[in-house]
Amino acid sequence: MTKKELKQYLEVTYPNLEVKETFNFPLLLVNKEDVIPVLKQLKDAPETRFNFLFCETAVDQNPNLEMIYHLSSTYYHHDLEVKVILEERENPIIDSVYSLWEAADLYEDEIYDMFGIRFKGHPNLRRIMLTDEWNGFPLRKDYQDDKIISL
Amino acid sequence: MENQPIPSPTELRTEEFVVNIGPQHPATHGVLRIEATLDGETVKNILPHLGYIHRGIEKMTESMLFKQSIYLTSRMDYLSAHINNHACSLAVENALGIEVPARAKVIRIIMDELQRLTSHELWWGSCAMDIGAVTPFFLGFRDRERILEIFEANTGNRLTMNYITPGGIMRDVLPTFVTDVKELLKKIKGYRHEYDQLITGNFIFQHRTQGVGYLSKEQAISLACSGPVARASGVSCDVRKHYPYDGYEKLDFQEVIDYGCDNWARYVVRMEEMKQSIHIIEQLLDNFPTGDYRTKIKGVIKLPLGEYYQRVETARGELGVYIVADGSNKPYRMKFRTPSFSNLGAVKPTTVGLKIADLMANMSTIDLVVPDIDR
Amino acid sequence: MIEFTDITAWIHSLLLSVMTPTWTYIVELVLSGITILVVLLVCVIIMVYMERKVAGFMQLRWGPNRVGPYGIFQVIADVIKLLLKESFSPNRADKVMFNIAPALALCVSLMALAPISWAPGLTMWDTNIGILFITAISSMGVIGILMAGWSSNNKYSIIGAMRSGAQIVSYELSAGLSIVTAVALAGTLSTNGIIQSQADGWWILKGQIPAIIAFLIYVIASTAECNRAPFDLAEAESELTAGYHTEYAGMQFGIFYLNEYINMAIVSIIASTLFLGGWMPFHLPFDYPVVHMFNHIMDFIPTWIWFFGKMFMVIFFMMWFRWTFPRLRIDQLLKLEWKYLLPISIVNLFFAAVIIVLHWYL
Repeated sequence: MTKKELKQYLEVTYPNLEVKETFNFPLLLVNKEDVIPVLKQLKDAPETRFNFLFCETAVDQNPNLEMIYHLSSTYYHHDLEVKVILEERENPIIDSVYSLWEAADLYEDEIYDMFGIRFKGHPNLRRIMLTDEWNGFPLRKDYQDDKIISL
Repeated sequence: MENQPIPSPTELRTEEFVVNIGPQHPATHGVLRIEATLDGETVKNILPHLGYIHRGIEKMTESMLFKQSIYLTSRMDYLSAHINNHACSLAVENALGIEVPARAKVIRIIMDELQRLTSHELWWGSCAMDIGAVTPFFLGFRDRERILEIFEANTGNRLTMNYITPGGIMRDVLPTFVTDVKELLKKIKGYRHEYDQLITGNFIFQHRTQGVGYLSKEQAISLACSGPVARASGVSCDVRKHYPYDGYEKLDFQEVIDYGCDNWARYVVRMEEMKQSIHIIEQLLDNFPTGDYRTKIKGVIKLPLGEYYQRVETARGELGVYIVADGSNKPYRMKFRTPSFSNLGAVKPTTVGLKIADLMANMSTIDLVVPDIDR
Repeated sequence: MIEFTDITAWIHSLLLSVMTPTWTYIVELVLSGITILVVLLVCVIIMVYMERKVAGFMQLRWGPNRVGPYGIFQVIADVIKLLLKESFSPNRADKVMFNIAPALALCVSLMALAPISWAPGLTMWDTNIGILFITAISSMGVIGILMAGWSSNNKYSIIGAMRSGAQIVSYELSAGLSIVTAVALAGTLSTNGIIQSQADGWWILKGQIPAIIAFLIYVIASTAECNRAPFDLAEAESELTAGYHTEYAGMQFGIFYLNEYINMAIVSIIASTLFLGGWMPFHLPFDYPVVHMFNHIMDFIPTWIWFFGKMFMVIFFMMWFRWTFPRLRIDQLLKLEWKYLLPISIVNLFFAAVIIVLHWYL
């Protein structure tokens, strides 16, 4: 499906969710609680069959944290971007999509390491890039580190 | 240990022990630590530990201009430096709607494909060395040196070129570029039969790689593997075919897919890709366009508000550049979806149950480059 | 030309004129031991240099060419470097076994030099069980490796030592059966006797197919015995960083290194003794005048050139294998031995026996 057709399909299938578009992909905004059911439906539905999670990341938009999932299909070669807005900054928790795509294993480790978002249902959440004793989450905008020298 | 059942007198009691392979190791292709739980020779579990070369590239891009980020992308997967630069430049150009002249496009693709050749030559040499034969390492590097000479003459650098920038390329190629590359390709094609005789047709090498390191198609898709790893399991995922950029849609080349799913299939896919790269370069050299080598971008580059994603096909797989722009001259967030990071997940399912020697063979055919994983 | 037997007879009479027969015997033993050690060390120096130059030329590079003209003093520089390094042992290693292991491995290899026949009449210990002694003694080499791996208190070393032990013990069978084939063709276990029986042609020509198969199997099995590629998993650099001798430094590592080359030398000497004629020149077994003339011409080339030429040729083949083939995995290696080489050797021995009984060889 092209970007326009996919947008129309999403507006019809999820009437209570917001559908926008970015420069390349249609964008679907999902609530935190609906992540697993909606994504599972997107993966299994025969019209979309999004079986390839090619990017999972987070963005720190003050004051919210946003989870971004980029999905693709090896059958139809169309793409979709799904965004989940997390309100709390202190201890954000969201369901892990490891049960749907095994690629989430390493992606979510990195997001936990850099942003501090915890994932429920992840097999082995750990700090993957930084050392285990690191304080703070570097990719957040309010990350303070005494060792940073600004020129 | 106390809750283990007491073995009968005829049972042999064995223990599993944990071995750290790396971070300093000749075979891990970088600083990667793999914690392997072994039972004798058999691998029971694998846990990779990353971060030894984590430089915080994504955080650094937030304080750099768009043009300056090009320099950081070269250092991520240094064996596909041109292609990484290409990705970042394309993201910026598509967002601003800049049209690149035809000559620049052709030169970009030729540099990309030459870079793919150097990466595969190095992969071939180190793959053979990990499996035990030392001589192919020198043969692979001999050809790589010839290509790097062309890079150095035209771009000024051998490894981190920073040649492809938003708007076109940094400077024009030498007048002898076309003849140089034609001669080089003739030599490289002449050496192919050496590779086939020495390693591809070698009985021992085939026995070490055939049937070893099985990665099924469903698992490859679920792990988001891309590049030769996925194509050797039957997944059609070449970005140059499905999301073509910069003129790939007009070129005649095949996407190399094999259904073997083992190390031998990944080896064959890469050897065939080298042939396809040579074919692409030959097509482009035949009608080499004249004209400008870039469009000048006036002023400082400021991307309009929004999110932009660009994918390219590096030697390892699909590289994605995701830019969240807020209208200023610096990106708000720039994320690099690197192929080796996802391919790393393929090490565990291919190796559990096999021997240590197979772990080395698997890692070398999956072709990980650790700075790509850690960024 | 001066025969070696003249020199030995002269030394014998010189010593007898000075001291009693018992003392003469002891002094002769010591002298012959020292001479053989010196000859062997010179051979090892040549082998190490040859390995690096052969490796270089096969890999499109020069090899050592800085230390001395064409790099001939490189080996001496390496030996001096190893001697000047500190030989320390890991903290929790078993000190006694750790220090004895290299010495044990070296002694066992050197003991196998006794029955070898270097030239007509020049054998340190001319016994009629020479070949049996050599195979028995070289089987003890595995003990040194296992001791080295175990006492290092390092997981990698243990893995390497266990692999190596399994490999050596398995390949001794095939090597032994090939030796039995050659001994059955020659009819005697004594090294001198075997070489003398090749006076009318080397066994690889006279014995035809069983001898050729036995020679090939012997070369393959003994490459595995020496832990050389393609069977070098015990010291596979890209997997276990040096295997059983990871923890050794300085001259103790130098002794293991030396031991590998001495093993290679012994194995190639035995291969050339059994199948290629040892110091015997190349004679054809036919009965024509032109053949007699040819045999006479071959006799003009001194026996030591034949001996060392054959030895270095077999060594060159072993080095050629190393730089061409990838490594075999441990289960593939053992499968090769138990499922392929061993049955082929047994069948080969049977055919050799048939040929001997029916006098079908030339």
